[in-house]
Amino acid sequence: MSDNLSLRTPSQRIAWTATIVISTLVFIFLIAPILAIMPLSFSSGSYLTYPLPGLSLRWYDDFINSPRWMNSLKNSMIIGVASTLLSMVLGTLAALGLAQWKSRFKPLVLAFVLSPVVVPGVITAVGLYFFFAPIGLTGSYLGLILAHTALATPFVVITVGATLQSFDTNLARAAASLGASPLYAFRRVILPLILPGLASGALFAFATSFDEVVIVLFMAGPEQRTLPREMFSGIRENISPTITAAAVILTTVSVILLATLEGLRRRNERLKGSSN
Amino acid sequence: MTAAFLTGADAETKVPLKRRLKQAERARQLKALALVVPLLLFLLFTFAGPIAGMLWRAVDDREVRQVLPQTVAALANWDGKDLPDEKAYAALASDIQAARASGTLAIAAKRLNYALNGFRSILTSTARNLKTVPAPGTAKETLDKINPAWRERTTWTTIKDASGPVTGFYLLAALDLTRNADGAIVAAPPDQAIYRDVFARTFLISLGVTLLCLILGFPVAYLLAALPPGRSNLLMIFVLLPFWTSLLVRTCAWIVLLQSNGVVNDSLRWLGIIDEPLRLIYNRFGVCVAMTHVLLPFMILPLYSSMKAISPAYMRAAASLGAPPLTAFLRIYLPQTLPGIGAGSLLVFILALGYYITPALVGGAADQMISYFIALYTTETANWGLASALGAVLLLATILLALVYGKLVQGQQVTGGMKN
Repeated sequence: MSDNLSLRTPSQRIAWTATIVISTLVFIFLIAPILAIMPLSFSSGSYLTYPLPGLSLRWYDDFINSPRWMNSLKNSMIIGVASTLLSMVLGTLAALGLAQWKSRFKPLVLAFVLSPVVVPGVITAVGLYFFFAPIGLTGSYLGLILAHTALATPFVVITVGATLQSFDTNLARAAASLGASPLYAFRRVILPLILPGLASGALFAFATSFDEVVIVLFMAGPEQRTLPREMFSGIRENISPTITAAAVILTTVSVILLATLEGLRRRNERLKGSSN
Repeated sequence: MTAAFLTGADAETKVPLKRRLKQAERARQLKALALVVPLLLFLLFTFAGPIAGMLWRAVDDREVRQVLPQTVAALANWDGKDLPDEKAYAALASDIQAARASGTLAIAAKRLNYALNGFRSILTSTARNLKTVPAPGTAKETLDKINPAWRERTTWTTIKDASGPVTGFYLLAALDLTRNADGAIVAAPPDQAIYRDVFARTFLISLGVTLLCLILGFPVAYLLAALPPGRSNLLMIFVLLPFWTSLLVRTCAWIVLLQSNGVVNDSLRWLGIIDEPLRLIYNRFGVCVAMTHVLLPFMILPLYSSMKAISPAYMRAAASLGAPPLTAFLRIYLPQTLPGIGAGSLLVFILALGYYITPALVGGAADQMISYFIALYTTETANWGLASALGAVLLLATILLALVYGKLVQGQQVTGGMKN
């Protein structure tokens, strides 16, 4: 295994033990808050304290029967799915293009394409607020979808680009030499091979939109409030257990996304392993 | 299309193969570029354009010009040394009356009030008391009588400075600077000078969070890199799950944990460590804890990948050459993790600089970072010039750091490639 298990000196053993102890504490720090919030959503009381007075599903009931929360969930799904689709089209095309494009301007273009990730959310939001208000795109679904697409596309470009890097271009050439049209070659040869990359790109894009709140804060009208936006005002006003129910729902979505991503990664590794 | 057509035409005239290849390659490159163009255009509309618009607003200064056009024109040739001449007073009187009639005076009043506190009341009192157009030659006398402020040179230089069409006023204000009556750049009056503090606070919080992330993240990344893949993949869930969990959920969780009757305070009381609940949230402590929690994965992941690339053979070689473990760690291992430390720290620092949601929810009034003020001036007070100027400064800092980050990561990829 690793040479940490054949520790030679006592001081090395102490250092290794310290690493394990500190790391364990950090893991607890990372995971405990997320775990701590979950049981509270099943509390029968209205205070966010332990011990729980009893178990009930009343806060989930509250969530499901609240038009405000359900509307926000619906909005998150609509905006998330729409911006995922749009960013997949734009991002995949760009990744395919960037993989073949050779120019000294390429790093510059790449930096530009990736910049929405780095620029602080408030700056993008303020810019969009000024820019979209006069053309009627604030307080509209379209405006939010466009803005979220801009934030999500870099992740698609990165993930699809990474897949293309390990893609053997000879396969495309082989398809062409066998008489396949470029479109046919893309559909039957390239697409199946880069599909895992596309899927993880889509997951990243969806997660980006599903979790985004700063732009929604600036741009959404009362009609377009998303789940994080509803949570934001909920936390500001006063945290009720309904928010913890919303948090559990959001976290469940994250776990599903993460598990899917991990599954894709494993599948990819298996495929790589079998081809070698 | 054109490129394809040209290649066909050239092929007929039997151009050398080399040139044809070159042309085919150029066509391929154009096709590749064509695939990128839709995204570039899209980002121009949804990202670059809006940000350029925001930057423009930081220097745009046309409000006074539109409301008081004659005054601006009359002051154009004024040297600012003495009070302006009668013509300027007459122009101002006429402008004020016109603006009052069209209801636009408040726009100019708001802009001038930014530059000189109390200008709003000077303008409104003048407008209220200016019943008729002053007789030729008496404008100065009339205005002086209505409000003594028109006898001050500063009043007039304020109008001249705000004449536009562009101004450095908001950018200077964002750095707590202003122009005095003589046009020299000086420190802003103390009651208006808050932004340097805000920037310093933003940097300090970001730096503190970055250091905390590094201290907490380093041992974790080391452990993950040292363990066999099966086990480290399992432990990686502890890093990836928070990474994928919504920011709002995590901030909410910290409020639940840290509030005065929250889990942490209750446990401490139950253990008998404290009698009174500690104030753990809505202060700097809460902001740092929550932000560290949110940003820690961004530190661990780059550290992990840089540590993963370090061959254990180096440490073995150091040990076999007689280096004590600490020396081997400090002289062999640590230097090789420096690119990872740099990349992770810069990433965390850049992300922390622009943070808005977490401080807004778990911080007190004295913990708000620069983003809060940008949001405040955009949506609450509609001081768009100042919001944009503060945004421009934040953007500049982010871009500079991102350039350094780009260089660092690029270098890392090169060395990573060489090692593999």
